[in-house]
Amino acid sequence: MLTGLEAIFFYLFAFLTVAAAFMVVSARNPVHSVLYLIVAFFNSAGLFLLTGAEFLAFIMLVVYVGAVAVLFLFVVMMLDVDFAELKRGALQYAPVGALVGIILAAELVIVLGGYAFAPELAGDIAKPAPPPSVRHNTAALGDILYTDYIHYFQIAGMVLLVAMIGAIVLTLRHKEGVKRQNISVQVARTPETAIEIKKVETGEGI
Amino acid sequence: MELFFATYVLPGLIILLKSVVMIVVLLIFVAYILYADRKIWAAVQLRRGPNVVGPWGLFQAFADLFKFVFKEPVIPSGANKGVFLLAPVVAAVLALAAWAVIPVDEGWAIANVNIGILYVFAIASLEVYGVIMGGWASNSKYPFLGALRSAAQMVSYEVSIGFVIVTVLLTVGSLNLTDIVLAQGDGLGTMLGLPNTFLDWNWLALFPMFIVFFISALAETNRPPFDLVEAESELVAGHMIEYSSTPFLLFFLGEYVAIVLMCALTTILFLGGWLPPFDFAPFTWLPGIVWFVLKVCMVFFMFALVKSFVPRYRYDQLMRLGWKVFLPLSLFMVVATAAFLKFTGMA
Repeated sequence: MLTGLEAIFFYLFAFLTVAAAFMVVSARNPVHSVLYLIVAFFNSAGLFLLTGAEFLAFIMLVVYVGAVAVLFLFVVMMLDVDFAELKRGALQYAPVGALVGIILAAELVIVLGGYAFAPELAGDIAKPAPPPSVRHNTAALGDILYTDYIHYFQIAGMVLLVAMIGAIVLTLRHKEGVKRQNISVQVARTPETAIEIKKVETGEGI
Repeated sequence: MELFFATYVLPGLIILLKSVVMIVVLLIFVAYILYADRKIWAAVQLRRGPNVVGPWGLFQAFADLFKFVFKEPVIPSGANKGVFLLAPVVAAVLALAAWAVIPVDEGWAIANVNIGILYVFAIASLEVYGVIMGGWASNSKYPFLGALRSAAQMVSYEVSIGFVIVTVLLTVGSLNLTDIVLAQGDGLGTMLGLPNTFLDWNWLALFPMFIVFFISALAETNRPPFDLVEAESELVAGHMIEYSSTPFLLFFLGEYVAIVLMCALTTILFLGGWLPPFDFAPFTWLPGIVWFVLKVCMVFFMFALVKSFVPRYRYDQLMRLGWKVFLPLSLFMVVATAAFLKFTGMA
């Protein structure tokens, strides 16, 4: 049970997360949606902090807010969004959206129901974390990710690398006749290769 | 009730008091950093710089403050009003918030958190929002271009800053800023049999990373030569064009507080924080905070000199430097440092 300040902060962060998430889907301006999304990320980072997972909280800020949401904002700002068009198209996708929503809701119910009916199951899945006084959760996470499960980590890295190379190959176009800057050639230039001194006779021109 | 007072109210008040002291001192410091910036810039260009308000122009920053505050804020009619006014507040608040964990002397931090460096990195990565929001909400061409440039620039240089921080963390073995400073008490110099001196600090052991961090810090805070976000000759003033009076002041303040933060971070990560350059008298007579402030001022002096000496980069050169030079170099250094520590058994 949460008590005192912890409870106050939990309900504050939780309420703001849900409210901001609601505003993400209901805001009329897509840029405002992204800004509300950032508020939601912030508050969920606050929730992580409350559970003592400070590393996750700040990585969440660095990765999601500092990088992913910046790119979101970047794209959304560049788009010329027609709100009427957007609203008209929305109803068309409503059944699909509803289906996804129902599946997610069902999964949440199953997970939470499992906790409610068979609390002992959770103990089987969860690996007990060392107490913070013994090992910081940053170091504990590092142990699990880079020592215990290093091969899975490397496979995930390979998958991402393949995806990245794929994206680059798909968008790479070789244009003919483009003059490229070669920094090392420029730096390696000497007066001998770059300057030609000519003796100009008066009244003659070159 | 008494318990409630002792557990919540009293610590809360102490934290509040510490924060207020920190902000007031910081703002006065920033006022003189601003003055120093203009004076150094002027000296390089053989000008006098601000010299009218007060003796040697010492009160110039305060005159500027009153000028900004008492002017009328103009909001363009096409601007997105809420976001337009929120942007400078975000810029200033985030820049100030990062100072909560900066230790200026042993035990002199508002919050001595386990993962202080990660907190500062997270806050620094959020500072781009002030620029993007301001640029978009102004509903004008040049601010928007400035915002797009800054988004790409700050995200690019954060990557190499992140890797530089990782190398420091590998050598230190802690994410706590106080531990990072204390770990620099012994280092390369003592390994060679010398007493504790400035040779122990990380700048020597991790010299390439020190340079990468310094240059990335310039890019991250949009200082010249990487001030493409607000390049006067191309974008007038970038995201700040439509801002006037107090909102402009907040942007300006946020920018300089972020610069001083980067100077402080350089000091903590590479220049031994509050440790004296030689660990014997008379150097140990001065309190740590004096050394800390002196080092911050020295790093800022370098920032100011770079501003006045180095011509502005072209945008593609900026991106090339970030992705093709700094990223591979810092990535290699992370691997090299980790391998060195592993095989020498120091980790």
